[in-house]
Amino acid sequence: MEQTITLQVQRYIPEQYPEPYFQSYEVPLRKKWVILDALNYIKDEIDGTLTYRWSCRMGVCGSCGMMVNDRPALTCATFLEEYAPGPVRITPLDYFGIIRDLVVNTDDFMGKLKRAQPWLITDEAKPLSEGAYKQTPQEKAEYEQYSMCINCMLCYSACPVVGLEPDFVGPAAIALAQRYNYDSRDEGEDQRNEELTGEGGIYSCTLVGECSEVCPKAVDPAGAIQRYKATGAVEWWQSVLMPWKGKS
Amino acid sequence: MSNAPKISAGERVRYKPQIYMPQMSIFWWVKDRAYVFFIIRELTSLVVAAYVILMMIQINALSQGPEAWQALTDWFATPFSIGLHIVFLILLIFHTLTWFWVAPTAMVVRIGSKKVPGSILIAGNIAMWLIISLAIGWLIVSI
Amino acid sequence: MAAKKHNDPFWWTLFGAGGTLSAFLLPVHVALIGIAIPLGWLEAPGYESLRSLVEHPITRIYLFVLISLSLFHWAHRFRYTLYDGLMLKHLESYIMVFCYGGALAGTIITAILVITF
Repeated sequence: MEQTITLQVQRYIPEQYPEPYFQSYEVPLRKKWVILDALNYIKDEIDGTLTYRWSCRMGVCGSCGMMVNDRPALTCATFLEEYAPGPVRITPLDYFGIIRDLVVNTDDFMGKLKRAQPWLITDEAKPLSEGAYKQTPQEKAEYEQYSMCINCMLCYSACPVVGLEPDFVGPAAIALAQRYNYDSRDEGEDQRNEELTGEGGIYSCTLVGECSEVCPKAVDPAGAIQRYKATGAVEWWQSVLMPWKGKS
Repeated sequence: MSNAPKISAGERVRYKPQIYMPQMSIFWWVKDRAYVFFIIRELTSLVVAAYVILMMIQINALSQGPEAWQALTDWFATPFSIGLHIVFLILLIFHTLTWFWVAPTAMVVRIGSKKVPGSILIAGNIAMWLIISLAIGWLIVSI
Repeated sequence: MAAKKHNDPFWWTLFGAGGTLSAFLLPVHVALIGIAIPLGWLEAPGYESLRSLVEHPITRIYLFVLISLSLFHWAHRFRYTLYDGLMLKHLESYIMVFCYGGALAGTIITAILVITF
């Protein structure tokens, strides 16, 4: 007899019932199985109506994030065996609107990403004839860690401020802003500061620190936000004490 | 679904999800051990404020004369006061350690072009804390 | 709300400075004056010598800076504890007046105490 484990999966099917509820599934407890394998087993063998997102199943695409026993996790990188003998509770990512079963609404997150302007901003585009924007390995190392973000949104579900303050830009977006602020080719820091030092920006963060704990890519958004707060403070004092040095 | 509207050929229907927004409980901070830790850390600010108010009372008593100071030090010797100070001390040390713990995340210290690892910064802060404490303690006791 | 938006870095600086000072300095004060000396582990300093210590200008500045910044540390941190822990963000303006106003009042009282000492 193969060992099994029970998955308590949160369902939400608005056409059938207006509120989420739990459904239990018994799945084989196999070594080398991750939570996502168990969900795929349910979908293939037990209940085809179960809805969830996944794609690469190797920790790169960032689409299979869910709450596993109330902790945000990439289900493709979380072994089922760690939760034996179970049961394991699988719920959609916290603080997001639920569309169906384990699928959350990402519109809000996409809007927040845009606020952080995570792309190279230059005052003037260099003509093509002048060649590429060059960068030394040391310059690259300055921001590389922040560039590892896969937009899996686990840090948003780990952050109570995201839930408490709907306007808060959130960990990943700020880390990505820093990814470009620390990029030697970028000139968009003033623009990002304008957006991120204000309402719902970096100073809404109270450094719970869980964003960095759950990050599957060791981006350390908490550190990125703290460094941003310090930069913002220096800028503020400069603008007050040395207004003539103001922005160009 | 049986009650779903019929869609004729050529017609386009955009899916409009009925999004369910879970509500956050006011007791969100008991949900996770890390959150409890966080709330205790934040509440140490109350002890910081309470103790500096007590310092203001000490300065005031000291400026009013030997009797006022004696009355205050008599109160300091009561079991209630000592118990209170022990609780304060524990929470203040918690504040100190958590503060040092997060300090390296806000500050990147470089020696040459190399980043100093956070653990060394934390150790340095703790060493400095102990030295400063000894110095202040020596000053108060030796006068 | 533009003014408030602009001031957060200022409050955060005071919060950080106060957090650092209180982290380094407060435990030894509590341990000595509140515990070790009352329990008789260490000899209590005499009234006169303590008074002359506090009279020294450096001590006055030390006490003022430590007390004032510690109060602003409390004000900023407690403001967010009220927002988050008790979900009181909608009372933001009252909370800010209470917290920062309280710290400011304490700062003024401390200034009077150390100047008139």
